[in-house]
Amino acid sequence: MAETIQSAAKAADGEHPTGAAARGPGRVTTGENKTPGPFRRALATYWYAWAMIAPVAIVIAVIVGYPLTRGVYLSLTNANEANVERTIGINTIEATYEFIGLDNYTAILTDSVFWDRLGWTVLWTVGCVSVTFLLGLTLANMLNRKVRGRALYRIALILPWGIPAFVSVFAWRLLFNERNGLFNSVLSGGGIEGIVWLGDPFWAKVSVIAVNVWLGVPFMLVATLGALQSIPGELYEAAEMDGANAWQRFRNITLPGIRSVSSTVILLSTIWTFNMFPVIYLLTRGGPGDSSEILVTYAFRVAFLNSPRDFATSAAWGVIILVLLSLFAVAYRRVLRKQGEVW
Amino acid sequence: MRRGIGTTALVAALALAATACGGGSGDTQDDGSGELSGTVTFWDTSNDAEKGVYKKIAEDFTKKHPKVKVKHVSVDFGEANNKFKNAAGGNSGAPDVMRTEVAWVADFASLGYLAPLDDTPAIDNKDDYLKTAWGSTQYDGKTYAVPQVTDTLALFYNKRLLKDAGVEVPTSLADIKKNAKKIKDKTGATALYLRGDDPYWFLPYLYGEGGDMLDADAKKITIDEAPGVKAFETMKDLVDSKAAITDLNDGWDNGQSAFKNGDAAMMINGPWAIEDSLAGKQFKDKENLGVAPVPAGSKAQGAPQGGWNLSVYAGSKNLRASYEFAKYMSSAEVQQRTTEELSLLPTRTSVYEVDSVKTNDMVEFFKPAVDKAVQRPWIAEGNSLFEPIKVSQQEVLSGKTSPKQAAKKVGDEYRKILKDWK
Repeated sequence: MAETIQSAAKAADGEHPTGAAARGPGRVTTGENKTPGPFRRALATYWYAWAMIAPVAIVIAVIVGYPLTRGVYLSLTNANEANVERTIGINTIEATYEFIGLDNYTAILTDSVFWDRLGWTVLWTVGCVSVTFLLGLTLANMLNRKVRGRALYRIALILPWGIPAFVSVFAWRLLFNERNGLFNSVLSGGGIEGIVWLGDPFWAKVSVIAVNVWLGVPFMLVATLGALQSIPGELYEAAEMDGANAWQRFRNITLPGIRSVSSTVILLSTIWTFNMFPVIYLLTRGGPGDSSEILVTYAFRVAFLNSPRDFATSAAWGVIILVLLSLFAVAYRRVLRKQGEVW
Repeated sequence: MRRGIGTTALVAALALAATACGGGSGDTQDDGSGELSGTVTFWDTSNDAEKGVYKKIAEDFTKKHPKVKVKHVSVDFGEANNKFKNAAGGNSGAPDVMRTEVAWVADFASLGYLAPLDDTPAIDNKDDYLKTAWGSTQYDGKTYAVPQVTDTLALFYNKRLLKDAGVEVPTSLADIKKNAKKIKDKTGATALYLRGDDPYWFLPYLYGEGGDMLDADAKKITIDEAPGVKAFETMKDLVDSKAAITDLNDGWDNGQSAFKNGDAAMMINGPWAIEDSLAGKQFKDKENLGVAPVPAGSKAQGAPQGGWNLSVYAGSKNLRASYEFAKYMSSAEVQQRTTEELSLLPTRTSVYEVDSVKTNDMVEFFKPAVDKAVQRPWIAEGNSLFEPIKVSQQEVLSGKTSPKQAAKKVGDEYRKILKDWK
């Protein structure tokens, strides 16, 4: 036992060559004197640093850790609005829910509803992220050269970002309106019969993706523009001297040059889009039927639309979504690392 | 260990922030003299055309009880249920009194959110209430609300358009379908605006085929039987044959504007739409608005009983004033006022005797309709029965599934909600 502690202590020493214990003369290996554990020594050495991060650690524990643990716990019970503990005025109602293990998970994973929604969620995420990224990159490239009124274009393109998402979505909803919306007025003005934008499963999906792309492009634009500007101009000059054409320059200089930025924004954007609740909920409410419902909006439906609200099942949906995204992030990092990206 | 103080302070601050999210409403309720005081927060779910009148009425409570302050909060009807549950379950920010849809009462009461009103000042002259309206306030043998207005669906029609087309006021959906072409050719208007985005509007079609959502006595789910399938078929057929136009989103706005502009000659709606419809350009002459019983299906004719009750939150800090406020809002005097100003239907028999109410055109029509309206099952899950219909109704109208599958799906969903039912 003492041996393992010491080897651990040595390992810790190796990492912290300036650590307090390494300095002392009393480093005994007989195990009779009490050597403080690595944790204690780390605490003794870096107590100030620990104290500095303590507030952040506590805040994170309270606002992230607690809900997370509680959510995982609830997903293993049959808790719902009628059997959780609550206080209403003078009457306090006791909790009567029970621990039921993995029943919620088996129920969800054996239901075709989950797999249908997962399929569409993946399609929605891939569709939104790829289109957003391509558009963002294209626009960034266009803005990365000297154009007259460049600042103006930049402001105009970043504008969607400045508007609260729900305001934008409501504006789009008005545009999509079947009877009085602008899009259908334009179409019928051109002699084409109006499209039932939000009432047809296919067009509803197209519409939500379009709105989400519109909302996401500014972020991609800003991020990739920043990355583009960090590529030294000499590289392009040299390539031009060597006779590389525009496409070759783009492939061999621009793409590798923005790689570290683009891989990060793609990961972020994937996670955001996967969980993009407001666009779908406010635009179609998951309809028509439940055809544009993604996993998070479905979890909302489970949690809030029936009475009593089913906290347990929706917590289980939440945990499944979290697991899916974590798996994705791990796999994505691994792929990047294989390509030699340090992340 | 001095730094511990900072941590303690931080935890304390966090705890404070966590509890301070929603403030309570009224605090004091008795100043010793027995006179009511404090604040009553009232959540009003009436629509845009109605809320101004309700605000005035609510604030007039202060004339009777000068020391009570009424805080009128207008809450969108579509969000009110969720909002109240969030606030009541989290025990912060819930209103003292809320205008509650008839189907919500049993739901809220079963979760312990409502104060029982038996033997409180809130109930005044209870034999005066219409039996149907009173029925919706009961849950588990206790009274959890007082009725304020009652309603049902009916057929609204544009008298001039029907006259121009040379068509009688239809009494059945078959009539509408038969005359749709005539109306379109002569006036350019579509015969009917069909609400496709709201499941409540499915009920007349269901009742019209002699069906119902549930058989509460036998604890049996009946929506997936033949009448349910037929109801979906009928709706789809009306839209496909172009006798009706519909939307799967924004149905209220689109329907009202189609009807008000004369693009649709008829629509099915309730008394709450009267005020808004009369504001339209087709109804500058109020006489042009006609109201008739909902069109019959192939078997029967029926519309659901709706309406609004007033419930008191169990956690109200000002229960005494809240009871008085609920009593006032459902009093004969206030009900007469909402009829005169908004053409809403009273729930007290005595109010129907008042001349101004008796001679109100809308009341004249709606009263017999309300008397015959189909009572819904007043069970805790009553409100949850609508979401599955909404999903299936949209799927049928957008052509994603067949009426038969849609009805089956609703039945399956009901069996998940009502676990021990057949």
